[in-house]
Amino acid sequence: MLRYTMSRLVSLALSLVVASVVIFAVIEVIPGDPAAYMLGMNAAPDTVAALRAQLGLEGSAVERYLRWAGGMLTGDFGISYTYRVPVAELVAARMQVSLPLTLYALALSTVIAIPVGLIAAARQGRPADLAVMGTTQFGIAVPNFWFAMLLVLVFAIHLRWFPSGGFPGWERGFWPNIKALTLPAVALALPQASILARVMRSAVLEVLDQDYIRTARAKGLTRGQAVLRHAFRNALIPVLTILGLQFSFLLAGAIIIENVFFLPGLGRLIFQGITQRDLIVVESVVMLLVFAVILVNFLVDLAYAAVDPRLRRRA
Amino acid sequence: MRGGATLILGAALTAVFAVAALVSLVWTPWPVEAINIALRLKAPGDGFLLGTDHFGRDMLSMLMVGARTSIAVAILAVGIGIAAGVPLGLLAAARHGGLLDEVIMRGNDLVFAFPSLVIAILITAVFGPSATNAIIAIGIFNIPVFARVTRGAALSLWTLDYIRAAQVAGKGRARISMQHILPNIANLLIVQGTIQFSLGILAEAGLSYVGLGAQPPLPSWGRMLAESQTMISLAPHLAILPGLAIVLTVLGLNLMGDGLRDLLDPRLRRTR
Repeated sequence: MLRYTMSRLVSLALSLVVASVVIFAVIEVIPGDPAAYMLGMNAAPDTVAALRAQLGLEGSAVERYLRWAGGMLTGDFGISYTYRVPVAELVAARMQVSLPLTLYALALSTVIAIPVGLIAAARQGRPADLAVMGTTQFGIAVPNFWFAMLLVLVFAIHLRWFPSGGFPGWERGFWPNIKALTLPAVALALPQASILARVMRSAVLEVLDQDYIRTARAKGLTRGQAVLRHAFRNALIPVLTILGLQFSFLLAGAIIIENVFFLPGLGRLIFQGITQRDLIVVESVVMLLVFAVILVNFLVDLAYAAVDPRLRRRA
Repeated sequence: MRGGATLILGAALTAVFAVAALVSLVWTPWPVEAINIALRLKAPGDGFLLGTDHFGRDMLSMLMVGARTSIAVAILAVGIGIAAGVPLGLLAAARHGGLLDEVIMRGNDLVFAFPSLVIAILITAVFGPSATNAIIAIGIFNIPVFARVTRGAALSLWTLDYIRAAQVAGKGRARISMQHILPNIANLLIVQGTIQFSLGILAEAGLSYVGLGAQPPLPSWGRMLAESQTMISLAPHLAILPGLAIVLTVLGLNLMGDGLRDLLDPRLRRTR
């Protein structure tokens, strides 16, 4: 296990280095000088130069990359060009929206998908299974932002059960915020739940094909009992991997969904950064998202190996 | 559903949108650039089969041209994936266990680890929003998918006797890859291509929804949805129709992919 962990750690570090170089290089391509942009057309050259120094824009690309990457490691993400506050502060504030939204959606997706997948597998070929397969086929095809718009049309505009957008802020108490995040979370979760339910179903069916299940059935267990006692736990292994992948989909999906519901999360921050040419914000937020995704995949790999000893040998 | 029925249903759905896209090249019921404010926000049926948008443009015509945009972007993105991914996969399999294989597969893992939509947003934002940049951004993430599928399938073929025989007969690895491996994994690539095609339609819709896809005046389903958002209670058909177009196209492609897979690989028929 130790050797496996070490080898995964090395590839985690390598991924992060390459990712940061790629992101830095892409941002480098953007033409224009943020300092000149911030000060306007009539700024004196020495004022611009002073601001460039303050923003850490001078020096060669390598120097700037090292300064940025080094800063990220110590939690210093630089200073936003437009907001004039540390990017770390902006990110921390926006995380209070994006993180609960992602976790809410992930929880919804899991809570829906696992029982649904189990039922479909236990009732393979029967009406319940066909209904699940048909519905999930649709669920996979629905773009989450369109689903979000339909939810707004029905539950916010017509029924007025939920707000159509905005975020009150956690200082206003728990429930108003949960209410504000419900439609976005449902919109994010349902397409993912469709995928997860299908994975769960085929994972359970695969286990049900194994000899030891046949033995258990021969000893008198019903199909339902076999699913609950044996197949469920073994099927969780592939489901775990998909959950890790879903985290990355949800994070990315949240970027678009936040725009539908005008939620002040990381996604909105990226888009504002792009339109306002606030490159340091874009650079750091994208890097953080990539870091989160790579880290989650790393943890899933470890969890996977802990559950299934066969995988450790592959390293 | 049986494989055959799934395939036919999926192919029929896909064909509807493919034909609409093709026809839009030579004919649309109304010109999509024709702005006529007097005819704005007409409900479906009222002189226009699917109504008009906030500029009085015919929705059916807009949807037809939108189909063209979506399908073109997705097909070209799949093309990038195949053009770069398949040779990489063949190469990795031919050099299995070697340094080249290791480098290609590590690179693959890396691209896989990136949240694709985030990077696609970054790419289109940096290089300017356009259909071309959307194609590149989506296409890049198709490369590792095809490389992995190709390598996996090719590896199992390399152990077969007739490939060994070809090697003994003196054929080089490149020639074996082209003459024996590639034709035998073509089925698999077609199935994967269908899946990536449908994912590409969804990705294009997402990018153009946030304004990073095809630019006006070229209609795209994603942007039609974005523009309809403020008028959703006034004219719901503006929000519902483009969404339905996306769902039905993606559904058609997914069904087609499932049907093709069942047809080409009967072993999978039971569990999926």
